[in-house]
Amino acid sequence: MADVTDQTFDAEVLQSDKPVLVDFWAVWCGPCQVQGPIVEEVAAAVGDKAKVLKLNVDENPVNAQKYGIMSIPTLMVFNGGNVTKQFIGVTSKDTLLAELNK
Amino acid sequence: MTYDVIIIGSGPAGYTAALYTSRAFLKTLVLSGFEPGGQLTTTTEVDNYPGFPKGIMGPQLVTDMKAQVERFGAEIKQEVVTEINKESVFTITTQSGKYTAKTVIVATGASAMYLGLPSEEKLKGKGVSACATCDGFFFRGKVVTVIGGGDTAMEEATFLTKFAPKVTVIHRRDEFRASAIMLDRAKKDERITFLTNKIVEEILGETEVTGVRLKDAKTGEMIDYPTQGVFLAIGHKPNTDFLKGFIDLDPKGYVAVKRAETPLSPQTETSVPGVFAAGDCVDPRYRQAIVAAGQGCMAAMDAEKYLETHGTEDHA
Ligand SMILES: Cc1cc2nc3c(=O)[nH]c(=O)nc-3n(C[C@H](O)[C@H](O)[C@H](O)COP(=O)(O)OP(=O)(O)OC[C@H]3O[C@@H](n4cnc5c(N)ncnc54)[C@H](O)[C@@H]3O)c2cc1C
Repeated sequence: MADVTDQTFDAEVLQSDKPVLVDFWAVWCGPCQVQGPIVEEVAAAVGDKAKVLKLNVDENPVNAQKYGIMSIPTLMVFNGGNVTKQFIGVTSKDTLLAELNK
Repeated sequence: MTYDVIIIGSGPAGYTAALYTSRAFLKTLVLSGFEPGGQLTTTTEVDNYPGFPKGIMGPQLVTDMKAQVERFGAEIKQEVVTEINKESVFTITTQSGKYTAKTVIVATGASAMYLGLPSEEKLKGKGVSACATCDGFFFRGKVVTVIGGGDTAMEEATFLTKFAPKVTVIHRRDEFRASAIMLDRAKKDERITFLTNKIVEEILGETEVTGVRLKDAKTGEMIDYPTQGVFLAIGHKPNTDFLKGFIDLDPKGYVAVKRAETPLSPQTETSVPGVFAAGDCVDPRYRQAIVAAGQGCMAAMDAEKYLETHGTEDHA
């Protein structure tokens, strides 16, 4: 699954014409290791309807701070550059897919 | 198709049970729930699980347990059970399907308790957390509080000093449940201060935490205490709400297991024959990974024995 960074966030997420799901994660976060494979499955299932990206909060502090991340995993859905939904903590495939297929 | 055993939960209790049942050639399904791997995924170093002389990271330990279970052919699905019914076999309903089994092992563990304030709910993930090891990183240079008076509170407070220059432990009494050694370590740390006899009435802040409103347990006096992070360490609650009315629970929600009638009776059987339970969901006392794993083994052996005596009739 593709990564998004502080450098590419604007182009990849904010300017996207499709909904984007961003998984904020870190290597040291146990629950994030659980969330990762779930997000991979979501990416495979959602196909072309939405983009699914992950952002490493250690390496990309600017956006982690900008979106007030204080707990990970946090999953945010962006539509037209705005956050339209967020989930804090491990979130199931069904819940994420339901949101992206809205 | 009917499974021999369905195991609900994927912490040390669930995975150990699955290891034993699948090695015994019982057709096994593990439903791993909202927290695959269980509570150990939220911690760092585990130094008291034998076999790892240098310690092991909690998430790694459960990942290895999972791999060991998969080696013997158990199926694992990430689904949350919402209901169990008993007809000729057990029907287990999840958010996305139904499964049937001849026996069930409940290994649903426990989750951190929250205070239950609306302001707390609103600020979850915005400065309110129940897991210092998960979220402490985001509080670098910030002033934080830990609510609670047990070992978990002391451990969280000590851990948080890695990031936060000042940590305040707020406790509603003036005695602590924490063990002497943990309390002593926290008290010796000059970055940690203690506020006792204070009850948290409200968590303050609109979009992020700015403070806590505290009531003095003796005088009733109210103060607003500024803080940027609130870490709850007020205990755990068994994940058994969905079992109410199906098997007997004790008043605090722990699964009641039958007292063994003879030294050779099963020790993990619940009030419903064929349903067994293991780990933190039955155990308010020890709450250790090794105990959960041990009980998972016991439940698996009890289920196996039950199938030998009851499971031979064809239910299908
Ligand atoms: C921060 C922290 C640090 C710890 N450190 C240590 C340590 O150093 N050493 C030690 O021995 N112990 C430690 N513990 C305690 C240890 O983690 C627990 O005793 C142990 O994990 C209990 O195992 P369990 O299998 O009973 O339940 P859990 O680990 O709680 O797992 C419960 C499982 O049940 C699943 N579940 C719950 N409800 C449902 C449902 N409705 N449907 C399907 N699945 C469901 C969950 O998804 C989860 O997989 C620590 C705990 C915490 C929180």
